[in-house]
Amino acid sequence: METFLSRYRNISVLLLLLAGQLLLLAYQVKTGQDVRLIRVWAVTAAAPLANVSEWIRERGARLGEMFAVEGLRQENARLKAELGQIKVQNHLLRAGITTADRAKALAIYAETSPSKLLAARVIFLGTGANSRTVFVDRGSRDGVMKGMAVITPDGIAGRVSAAYPTASLVSLVTSQGFAAGVISQKHKIRGTMKGVGSSLCPVDHIENRDTVEAGEWLYTSGDDRIFPKGLPAGIVRSAREGRGGKDVVAEPVGLRAGVNEVLIVTGGVHGLIPDPLPPSSPSVQILPPPPQEAGEAPLEDPGTTGGPVRTDADRLMEKYRRIGESQGHTYGAGPGRVPDFNRPPAAAKPAVPPPQGEAAAAPPASPAKPNPVKPGPVNQR
Amino acid sequence: MNPFEEKLLPRKARGAASSKFNPLVWILAPLGAIVFQVYVPRLIETLSYLELPLLMTVYLALMRRSPIVGAATGAVIGLMQDSLSHQYLGMFGIVKTLVGYFAASVSMRFDVENSALRFLLSFFFFLFHQLFVWLLTRALLGQPMELQIPQTVILAFLNAVVAIPLFLLLDRLKSEAR
Repeated sequence: METFLSRYRNISVLLLLLAGQLLLLAYQVKTGQDVRLIRVWAVTAAAPLANVSEWIRERGARLGEMFAVEGLRQENARLKAELGQIKVQNHLLRAGITTADRAKALAIYAETSPSKLLAARVIFLGTGANSRTVFVDRGSRDGVMKGMAVITPDGIAGRVSAAYPTASLVSLVTSQGFAAGVISQKHKIRGTMKGVGSSLCPVDHIENRDTVEAGEWLYTSGDDRIFPKGLPAGIVRSAREGRGGKDVVAEPVGLRAGVNEVLIVTGGVHGLIPDPLPPSSPSVQILPPPPQEAGEAPLEDPGTTGGPVRTDADRLMEKYRRIGESQGHTYGAGPGRVPDFNRPPAAAKPAVPPPQGEAAAAPPASPAKPNPVKPGPVNQR
Repeated sequence: MNPFEEKLLPRKARGAASSKFNPLVWILAPLGAIVFQVYVPRLIETLSYLELPLLMTVYLALMRRSPIVGAATGAVIGLMQDSLSHQYLGMFGIVKTLVGYFAASVSMRFDVENSALRFLLSFFFFLFHQLFVWLLTRALLGQPMELQIPQTVILAFLNAVVAIPLFLLLDRLKSEAR
């Protein structure tokens, strides 16, 4: 035996190493669990080096700025950051404004707390050819957990695959094995957008009878319990009938501007899917609303009357409310004098009296202005 | 013995021996290669084709001329590479274990300080590495993975080109010959 081992020592060690790793692989596949310790060691060893490299690169870049174009890059970075914030705000506002019932959408936004976002910087890429994974500089110490959604101002970017103390692994939208529940904007068709390792993502689970058009936007549906509903996910590039269902291919929008900085959703809040914009034609002109004439009944303003007034029943209820107010009657306050519903109610007072000289020219009632909705606290570094 | 055979014959047979490195080199060189692979392509995307951890495995195995050390080096580098990916631990580990073992075995038969042979070995081991990763991904994990042969051959050539100056640079880190 001893002679055998000494004679075949090299091959024995090789077989031992291979068998050990095969067992490791089999354990992971069989149990679905990760060998976290080895990964923590590797990430803890690599992350400081990458951070130091990044620090040196940033300082070098700043030194270059001093000698080259003073302030221009900083200004550019500031504008980019502002643009990102505005994109998020714009998306949230658009979702609210274009909803059928604007006042309701605003009420929903006012009542719901916005998503909590944590800004993170990509420090290095994942290994392996075509891996499409990145490491960010926020880890479990910052409250990052496996499964959290990762977004950019343009849309969804990926999800946290593993959270280590000092860094987290993020699988990008295009990575193999990624999946997100999506819903089409126009026809409200649900599907699953999957990453396959290329720049485009197939969208599965769509029947041939469902209508999905090229150019249609896809938003997160919230069904996956990872991404909050209403975030832009992609644009349909092609849709045609297939054997097991519709073959839909989408281009993810969250990675368009690169993934140098991302936002981790630590507390997600579902939003709304914005309605598609109505088709517009440059050859058709639409005038602004006409000015109010003297004696004409003012248009109802949801912003001043406390709610949306759209149907006949709403108008009737509003009329009765005014009659009650003008005659000092409180509905539901118990038995008392019945108001005279034949007497015309007092005219509604405008919320803010228009200044002299502008009253005739000003439109009778402006549409309700939405309260600006903040996208939520972003913890900047 | 003709001059060509004279050049390619193992130095061991002609009195040469394995190279020895400072222990820090054994730790920092593979770590540096892995950090390079994960960090630099962020800044220069075209360098993402470089498989420096593989080249480092090949170099250390060739220079050490010990199949056991070569296999162990490959296993450690491969497992570390696995740790920084989203795939199962062991995929790169198994492949690089084999690369390290075979590279060290080759070094016992040929003069691996010859640049032409280094180029050929780097080219061959890159192809072997990519082919084996593809095979293991499909056979062991059952996951779909594409192997684009023309692209892989071009990448193997580019890696082999980079390997020559890299190996010459690493030759300077040798502390002594045993």
